[in-house]
Amino acid sequence: MNGRILAATTGRILRQLRHDRRTVALLVVVPSVLLTLVYFMYVDQPAPPGAPSTFDRVALIMLGFFPFIIMFLVTSIAMLRERTTGTLERLLTTPLGKLDLLFGYGIAFGLAGVLQSTVASVVAYQVFGLETAGSAWLVVLIAGVNAVLAVALGLFCSAFARTEFQAVQFMPVVVAPQLLLCGLFVPPDQMAGWLQAVSDALPLSYAVEALQEVGAHAEPTGTMWRDVAIVTGAAVAALVLAAATLRRRSG
Amino acid sequence: MDDAVSVRELVVDRGEGRVLHGITCGVPRGTVTGLLGPSGSGKTTLMRAVVGVQTVGSGAVDVLGRPAGSADLRRRVGYLTQAPSVYADLTVRENARYFAVLQGRGRAEADRAVTDVGLGKAADQLVGTLSGGQRSRASLACALVGEPELVVLDEPTVGQDPVLRADLWARFHAMAAAGTTLLVSSHVMDEAARCDRLLLIREGRLVADDTPAAVRAATGTDDLEEAFLRLIRDAEGEAR
Repeated sequence: MNGRILAATTGRILRQLRHDRRTVALLVVVPSVLLTLVYFMYVDQPAPPGAPSTFDRVALIMLGFFPFIIMFLVTSIAMLRERTTGTLERLLTTPLGKLDLLFGYGIAFGLAGVLQSTVASVVAYQVFGLETAGSAWLVVLIAGVNAVLAVALGLFCSAFARTEFQAVQFMPVVVAPQLLLCGLFVPPDQMAGWLQAVSDALPLSYAVEALQEVGAHAEPTGTMWRDVAIVTGAAVAALVLAAATLRRRSG
Repeated sequence: MDDAVSVRELVVDRGEGRVLHGITCGVPRGTVTGLLGPSGSGKTTLMRAVVGVQTVGSGAVDVLGRPAGSADLRRRVGYLTQAPSVYADLTVRENARYFAVLQGRGRAEADRAVTDVGLGKAADQLVGTLSGGQRSRASLACALVGEPELVVLDEPTVGQDPVLRADLWARFHAMAAAGTTLLVSSHVMDEAARCDRLLLIREGRLVADDTPAAVRAATGTDDLEEAFLRLIRDAEGEAR
């Protein structure tokens, strides 16, 4: 890796995003619109005594979901474009290292994910009165790590897509099972044993557990840090796998 | 002769078919060497092998004294793909500056490369809004920005107007005079006359490797298009 090349690559990706104002607007506004929807869905639902309100429970986890879903899609398409327009092949004839490119994407879209979850968090806390025992900054941190994980998975999956149609199909394949089994709908300890095992193998489950720790405890807990480390480790592993899919020579 | 590129018995298979059938040729340093042949003859495959992005079956390709694709060649070789490979959602200048950093160059070199391909006025336009010819010049600027020792250009003059085409060829010769080696492909025979040396390939085989004057003399015609026709007929006659 080379610091100058990594910085230039990150800047280049962010500059591309900045030229696409509509994408930036959608990125920032859509989560708040969806939070509004969720707020009014649950506003009249009574909470069980002693438990957080349903909105608090759902909104907290949604703050982690947004960057995960969106950054996965954005990255898959961006990387597919690099492959189909020939820029990837050209980049690989230059001194740029594979990790410069992959970490460039991780940092650039990770930052975009942090921006997205920061705006969504401000709306959730300030407008809809979301309450968590722990700090809102920890929520943004976990959302940012989620974004990096999504970027890494997107970079890896884009190697298996030849067209945009195929690339978007990886969303239900990679993202949907993680959403279903992460503990938002059914807590993992109430799932059948084999489903629990699958849930334990999926990185998003740890991100959700980390968010629930922030919801329940005033200070960051050991479980939360362990979960953040697991999600980070999964992101690094996916980046290394993605590097293995980049070939300087092809047929 | 001191060759910047030397290709020996190069065989490349793609999918079912054989694209290059044991090509042996050289590109002398400090020349503009034209790689000519009809569409589908294997020009792009040969260029990709020189740049080191093509998986090869057998044979050897040496570039600037190193095996093609060696890591230290990435600073010394510039490659222009046939389809413009630049970022459509960045401006011309932003593209050039990015590729400049990759080659260890700065903003001044990037801006000069943009001006050199005649895009000074369009420098702050998004590449996606440019015409096809402008877009391919933007891509050319990114290939030249690192001032590489060897420049491999796949059909750089397609879609350019005649004045610009003449400007680009003048620029290629100025670069060669300064010591750069250029390998330029084209399927237009009138560009062959502008090259110092010619490599003609057809159906993955080398038909000629000589200067334009020698090709004309050997075939007894001044018209290079006609000369190539004769060479191809002779080669096919021998094969029968």
